[in-house]
Amino acid sequence: MNIAVVAKLVPDLVEELSIDASGAKLDTSFARFIVSESDDHAIEEGILLKERFGGQVTIIAPDDEGIDDVMYTAAAKGADRLMKLKGISAAEMSSHALARAFADVVSELKPDLVLAGVQAHNDLDGSVGSLLAGFLGMPYVGYVSGISMQDGQATVRKEYPAGLIAELQVTPPAVVGIQAAEQPPRYVAVSKVRQAMKSSTIEERALTVVEAPAAQHIDRMFKPEPAQHATMLAGTPDEIASKLVEILREIGVI
Amino acid sequence: MGADAYVVIEHLRGQVADISYVMLAAARELVQGSGGKVVAILLGHKAKDLSTDLSADEVLYVEHADLQDFIPDAYQAVLLPLIKQNQPRVVLLGNTTIGADIAGGLSVALDLPLVSSCRQLMSDGKFVCQICGGKILAEGNLPEPATLVTMTPGVHRSDDGKAAAPPHVTDVQPPALEALRTHLSKYIEPEAADVDISKEPVLISVGRGIQNKDNVELAEDLAKALGGVVTASRPVIDQSWLATSRLVGKSGKHVKPKLYLAIGISGAPEHVEAITDSETIIAINQDPAAPIFDLAKYGVEIDMFELIEVLTAKVKAARGA
Repeated sequence: MNIAVVAKLVPDLVEELSIDASGAKLDTSFARFIVSESDDHAIEEGILLKERFGGQVTIIAPDDEGIDDVMYTAAAKGADRLMKLKGISAAEMSSHALARAFADVVSELKPDLVLAGVQAHNDLDGSVGSLLAGFLGMPYVGYVSGISMQDGQATVRKEYPAGLIAELQVTPPAVVGIQAAEQPPRYVAVSKVRQAMKSSTIEERALTVVEAPAAQHIDRMFKPEPAQHATMLAGTPDEIASKLVEILREIGVI
Repeated sequence: MGADAYVVIEHLRGQVADISYVMLAAARELVQGSGGKVVAILLGHKAKDLSTDLSADEVLYVEHADLQDFIPDAYQAVLLPLIKQNQPRVVLLGNTTIGADIAGGLSVALDLPLVSSCRQLMSDGKFVCQICGGKILAEGNLPEPATLVTMTPGVHRSDDGKAAAPPHVTDVQPPALEALRTHLSKYIEPEAADVDISKEPVLISVGRGIQNKDNVELAEDLAKALGGVVTASRPVIDQSWLATSRLVGKSGKHVKPKLYLAIGISGAPEHVEAITDSETIIAINQDPAAPIFDLAKYGVEIDMFELIEVLTAKVKAARGA
């Protein structure tokens, strides 16, 4: 089975976010970038599929600073092929443009399954996976937290609210939006990643980005000004704990 | 292109999802400026009755056995010609497990722009969407002449999308649905849980900030002292540190406890929408910019590990007294 996983880096939300001088874009010049959380799960699910049902896993990602580490880590986990899209940066592109760029490379691979994270926190015009399915003319199922293969059919477990799962049969080739892998993304030791850096090669593909016409326009970005803010409790941990106990008493929990 | 706002109604196993009403309310706001109609699109099998409380000027009902459940392929095959033919100003879909599955494919196939995670539509055609876990809002004008939008709850009230009298329903013939490559095999019910967190009065909820599985025990101790139950946000469940039955959020349960104590939870929109009915929210977080502080009644900006054990001890002492 031929599995392609598309991934991108996103600003780490742990860091303070700021908006650039245009007022309509995130200022990413000082941001720390990490692999999008659900893309990390998509990589894990791809590796799990290979381990259980055989095949080859190809990781494809735009050329953002830090992507090499993500790719070599994926190789250390078991990915077979690493492909970097030169000249494009996820931070500077709409989901439509990125999906368009992925589509050209993915279609060459003739994959049975394409896995993508179900969403990224900075998507403004839909998720890359669902758009990619559109460009590839493949069916798409998102919010998936498990895939198995039998007789050439994929069975995916799609999550609904309140813990309900729908089991769907999908005829490959198809794109699957991963919410969570069947097991948490595995830890790999730094030594294994170093080994992967020596033994694997990142293939580079030069791409000219054509901004898809369906990209949307944002006039202004801003931080929410909430109608209310919590009453903040200050003091030493001991003092704060005492205040909290008072509050718990007032609301009738103690 | 027309001035109408179309809303794709979401329903699951015989129940209209709340987001459908939120979208109808948003559509109503939008057409006040455009002068168009609010049109609900309902796809289903023997599901016409689901239209009775939809606040829409018209309901387009598409009946087909393959539309009994949500199948992304089938929905897309039905919606594509319908949108092409009617050319609405805007089509609203939920930013949900249903709407987000088809928005991308429709956007590409119809060559229409897509505005995602939209929380507000205004009568002048402006929209506000939220990104970065709710930390950033983005504002713009809905692209002309037509666009797709995926909506999240937040600003428009679902009650405003409900009508007392049934709307006018028009039957629409579905296209052929033979070529579908996706089929529903079955639903798997949630595993029987030890507790139903939607009914518990005291919830101690942990997020990514709890850092590792061992630290969940700190929350367990506090919950035990308070006679409550430990719940979690998505990252904790995805790491398998707690059972899925303890998940609070969009894909988990909506809760309405007397006390919701959020420890190391930033307050992403997917989590926040499930806790707004809590009586009192107290948030403990190290990040002063965490959106959870905008929802909580009380907040503590502190390294949680400095506080939890002290708090547990004091709660035990207070309850013992």
